[in-house]
Amino acid sequence: MADAQTTEIMQGILASHRDLEGPLLPILHAVQAEFGFIPNDVVQIIADDQNITRAEVHGVITFYHDFRDAPAGKHVVKICRAEACQAVGGTALSDRAFEKLGVGWHGTTANGNVTLEPVYCLGLCACGPAAMVDGKVVGRVDAEKLDKLLAEAGA
Amino acid sequence: MKIFVPLDSAAKALGADDVANAITAEAAVRGLDVKVVRNGTRGMIWLEPLVEVETAEGRIGYGAMDASDVPALLDGKLPSLGLVEQLDWMKGQTRLTFQRCGVIDPLSLADYEAHGGLAGLRRAIGMDAADIVAEVTTSGLRGRGGAGFPTGIKWNTVLGADGPQKYIVCNADEGDSGTFADRMIMEGDPFTLIEGMVIAGLAVEATKGYVYLRSEYPDAIDILEKAVVLARQAGVLGADVLGSGRAFDMEIRVGAGAYVCGEETSLLNSLEGKRGVVRAKPPLPALEGFLGRPTVVNNVISLATVPVILEKGAQHYADFGLGRSKGTIPIQIAGNVKFGGLYETAFGMPLRELVDTVAGGTLTGAPVKAVQVGGPLGAYMPRDKFDTPFGYEEFDGQGGLIGHAGLVVFDDSADMLGMARFAMEFCAVESCGKCTPCRIGAVRGVETIDRIGQGDGGAIELLEDLCETMKDGSLCALGGFTPYPVLSALHNFPDDFAAKKQAAE
Ligand code: FES
Repeated sequence: MADAQTTEIMQGILASHRDLEGPLLPILHAVQAEFGFIPNDVVQIIADDQNITRAEVHGVITFYHDFRDAPAGKHVVKICRAEACQAVGGTALSDRAFEKLGVGWHGTTANGNVTLEPVYCLGLCACGPAAMVDGKVVGRVDAEKLDKLLAEAGA
Repeated sequence: MKIFVPLDSAAKALGADDVANAITAEAAVRGLDVKVVRNGTRGMIWLEPLVEVETAEGRIGYGAMDASDVPALLDGKLPSLGLVEQLDWMKGQTRLTFQRCGVIDPLSLADYEAHGGLAGLRRAIGMDAADIVAEVTTSGLRGRGGAGFPTGIKWNTVLGADGPQKYIVCNADEGDSGTFADRMIMEGDPFTLIEGMVIAGLAVEATKGYVYLRSEYPDAIDILEKAVVLARQAGVLGADVLGSGRAFDMEIRVGAGAYVCGEETSLLNSLEGKRGVVRAKPPLPALEGFLGRPTVVNNVISLATVPVILEKGAQHYADFGLGRSKGTIPIQIAGNVKFGGLYETAFGMPLRELVDTVAGGTLTGAPVKAVQVGGPLGAYMPRDKFDTPFGYEEFDGQGGLIGHAGLVVFDDSADMLGMARFAMEFCAVESCGKCTPCRIGAVRGVETIDRIGQGDGGAIELLEDLCETMKDGSLCALGGFTPYPVLSALHNFPDDFAAKKQAAE
């Protein structure tokens, strides 16, 4: 069961999505923006509101890479794994990130500061290898730039 | 003095915000009257941040700029590139869809109108729905998302369909590696897309539109959302579009990181708030699309090209191109290239010219080994296929596809077995899981390629067989086209597969 505060926040989110056609993704984005992840105890609240089963909500949450069931680190570093970035050294860059952070894809550093996520293209394919730190884009990321980014993120 | 500093993500990723801030700060210190305009990008990404200074002769370019160059810029001592419009890259193009991108302030509707914007919509308002559809059909415009289906025919089906509500859905889930045309136009000239959607609405009698925009593009989301608000305030969107008495409004919906949602039926499911699994066709989305109602699903570039077709006339557009590939195509040049960016040109330019001349060969200077055309589901083209002209049928004839028109160039250090493996791995990660050939086939594909990599040459036949099954048995292009990169790598670069075999023996 969700606590009173969570329930109240959820009522606000659900009310503001009442007029949308097909509101579930916008609702989930709003929930994640609020809590940093999709807490398990809001699933039933969403299901009741949308008149669908808990399993259906769960199915949607787990289908999409963006939605997480636990909080991420303080900063999320995404590194592009796709072909155009591979053509200019993207794989070596992610290998370096694994080494520096001591985690693999989807891992969070021991100090809780950085979560590393793969991304398949950021639309920066003419200035790869590309990365994104908390929604901020970075192009032509070489070893030096990566080290700086990770240090700034507190890795 | 007016100074333009792009706000495009690629420019930002290379430091454009720092440059813009430095210009504002330095101008303030010097007491100069400088107006910094944040424009879109011209598409010359290797020159970003490309700063332009307005002069009586035209806009003079400086790039790639660093914030530390700003004092010299304001002293007039920084070496320039000359007039931006006169650069070879710009002069060689036919910019129709991207005519305003990089030129105007993307969020100024006045700027937009001053450069030809809304002329197409005004013309469309005076036309019957069927005549708008006929105009688009005559232009020869085909789906720029990759499938290449004639846009006018699709619209006609929706126009003829009955329903309590029809929709225009813009597919802005541009997930293909090597493509960024959708992002560039949404950030650099968002009103073009909005105008295209309104025209589509008038043409098929739809009053509601959605843009399904991928979450990996936060800057594009931000700009397009602002543009929609401005368009609504100006009466371009709303209950009475430009005083025509007809209604059209739209919303931006953000995806959630699933590549397969670029497929139109899974996009519709996602938009409805479901898992983004593919739907079997028929029924066509044109008849039973969003919420089961008649829906036009078009790619960003298709819709963003509609205004210029209405503005200049269908024939003007159709006069460009090659064979059944009419008009222009914004080609995105990416990967290991000297000059990466967006180059809009009439269909028909041979791949060789695009790679060797326009892109200037590789960034590393090493020979070009392969070019993947059309995203992660496109074929790897070897040098001996470089004479292929850029067109839908022409690439199809070479066992490839143009997809969303991205080129990803690799130099001779590329390991094609590794690229084939990646294609299967990507398919396994992104498969929606609905059909077996894709869901299981991709996993088996990775294993089979690993066996080849470990020297099991006999597994090659198995891989070919698996690819046949995926091609014939998958519901959508993800499973159905993953064999393109895999088989083209295998067939065009057999040494990369055989070498491993010898090494292991
Ligand atoms: S492939 Fe890395 S940004 Fe597009």
